[in-house]
Amino acid sequence: MRNKLLLIFIFCFFIKPGISYSIVEIDITRGNLDPLPISVSPFFADEISKEKIKKDLDIDNLGLEISKVIENNLRKTGLFDTLDKESFLQKPDIAHLKPRFEDWVLIKSQVLITGKVTSKIINEKDYIRIEFKLWDVLGAKMVDGFSLTTVPTNWRRVGHKISDKVYERLTGESGYFDTRIIYVAEEGPKTQRIKKLAIMDQDGFNTKYLTLGNELVLTPRFNPTNQMVTYLSYFRNMPRVYLLNIETGKQEVVGDFPGMTFAPRFSPDGKKIIMSLAKDGNSEIWVRNLETNIQEKLTDHPSIDTSPSYSPDGKYITFNSDRSGYQQIYVMRSDGSKVKRISFGKGIYGTPVWSPRGDLIAFTKLHKGKFFIGVMRTDGTGERLLTENFYQEAPSWSPNGRIIIFYRETKTDDKGQGFSAKLWSIDLTGYNERLVSTETDASDPSWSSLLEN
Amino acid sequence: MNLNKIFKNAFLVVIFGLVITACATKKSVKTTTETSTTTKAAETQKADPIEKLDALMQGDVYVGSDTVGELASGVPDRVFFATNETILTTASRETLRKQAAWLRQNSDVTVVVEGHADERGTREYNLALGERRANAAKDYLMTYGVSSDRIKVLSYGKERPVDSGSNPLSWSKNRRSVTVKAN
Repeated sequence: MRNKLLLIFIFCFFIKPGISYSIVEIDITRGNLDPLPISVSPFFADEISKEKIKKDLDIDNLGLEISKVIENNLRKTGLFDTLDKESFLQKPDIAHLKPRFEDWVLIKSQVLITGKVTSKIINEKDYIRIEFKLWDVLGAKMVDGFSLTTVPTNWRRVGHKISDKVYERLTGESGYFDTRIIYVAEEGPKTQRIKKLAIMDQDGFNTKYLTLGNELVLTPRFNPTNQMVTYLSYFRNMPRVYLLNIETGKQEVVGDFPGMTFAPRFSPDGKKIIMSLAKDGNSEIWVRNLETNIQEKLTDHPSIDTSPSYSPDGKYITFNSDRSGYQQIYVMRSDGSKVKRISFGKGIYGTPVWSPRGDLIAFTKLHKGKFFIGVMRTDGTGERLLTENFYQEAPSWSPNGRIIIFYRETKTDDKGQGFSAKLWSIDLTGYNERLVSTETDASDPSWSSLLEN
Repeated sequence: MNLNKIFKNAFLVVIFGLVITACATKKSVKTTTETSTTTKAAETQKADPIEKLDALMQGDVYVGSDTVGELASGVPDRVFFATNETILTTASRETLRKQAAWLRQNSDVTVVVEGHADERGTREYNLALGERRANAAKDYLMTYGVSSDRIKVLSYGKERPVDSGSNPLSWSKNRRSVTVKAN
């Protein structure tokens, strides 16, 4: 289904990367209350290319659409103020060749993005070549850019790759736009929800449903190294952890366990799945090696041990356990030794997820009837609550560790009506809380790594 | 831990007191309504939901009959739990003894014990909690002579509430373990 997209991206950098220019830089370690004014000029296309693209994609002005993808990505970071295209004084083709910087200074733009789309035929197949340039308006020079050639249907991904480049260049952090989110799409009344696995681009486009809704599915998680997914399915009323290849649609049960397996997550190298096994009223954490098929029990305690998550170096595992009487967060070595409780604040703590940067653990906290998403250092110090609501949980990190996506459920009214579940995102700073648009109700989000090629 | 217990007992005593007062008020209301005017009837109606709540929950365990089905005639199909708890109450044990007696008489029947949690917990923890509750019920059935190979457990966590409300009473109905015939 998606393998079509794997058709070659041909990168040809015409700017040597790595040279540092004196462009405006953005500090994203704090909440940014003064977003950087940026202009994304519609990408230019000549008439012949336009006609051909119209035939291939049924899009009148692909250059404009690509610029909108970029604009939308940048605006949603909260770091950029994308200026209204109506105010632009210079035409896209001329701006791309060499901007008249005074025209852009005049509308108070500090950064300018221009581009060009050309249709090409390679081996009798249609391709598009997209070129982009990043300009420092105040410094009056070009600071970055690239061009790439791909099949026409990949045009949104090109927009995401350009967004990643701009974000990297201006913040010094790696981007997260050319990524996907897998989640559980929900429909129907609260007492009989129908749940399907769904996947979409990070910006909510290109939604695809991966299961039909015949059985309950929960908690999909990406393999950080490829496009495999692990999740919980109630297929034949046997709740078990499954492995799904989203390119081929092939799926299989993970391991052979004598009870319900749940709460799966991949190891950072993608070769193992860590999960819980519930048997005879007790849940323990197990790990299964997908290459050797060896499975091993890591915890040994009569309490509930679940929601395990590896540290990015694979040396540690964080999980939640109610061995102290209530759900709290623990850290242990990845062989199960040296179990140590790290959460000591008021309330109960669950769903710990290790940041891809390694320095923080995101969690859900329930205190005085409210649910919080927060972060703490891996030794439990420095607890910081980012958002509070009636019900929210299941944090998942963006691949650069700057944003947390989670789901939120609404309180129903006196008649039990008005239930909804939606995805939300919030910056690590606690700013920029946003609804993540999905076609249906949604829960259990998992953010992919940056896509390759 | 001990302190916890003392608190719990104190809590139960308070709740017990409340239940008694609730009963008492109900009675006095009844006697007054016999000679009442229409305004007084309206007042009783207003007070009703609160009395109801007291009568339907002990501590935070549901003790009402709404949503309760039958495994067989006269044999309730479900038992209810306190928040985050898997302990069987006296009423629950009575229900399970009835189920066990019926299952002993109908030895060809196999069952699935479905464990559920309310919506006030994280999804994964609730899956484990549901499994723990179902096993608490299963263990009790086994103690009363039902062989383990006739009982399967299945946890739904918070995925299948019976009551879609977002209030303590609804949640108490959803914290349950339901014995369902499998054949």
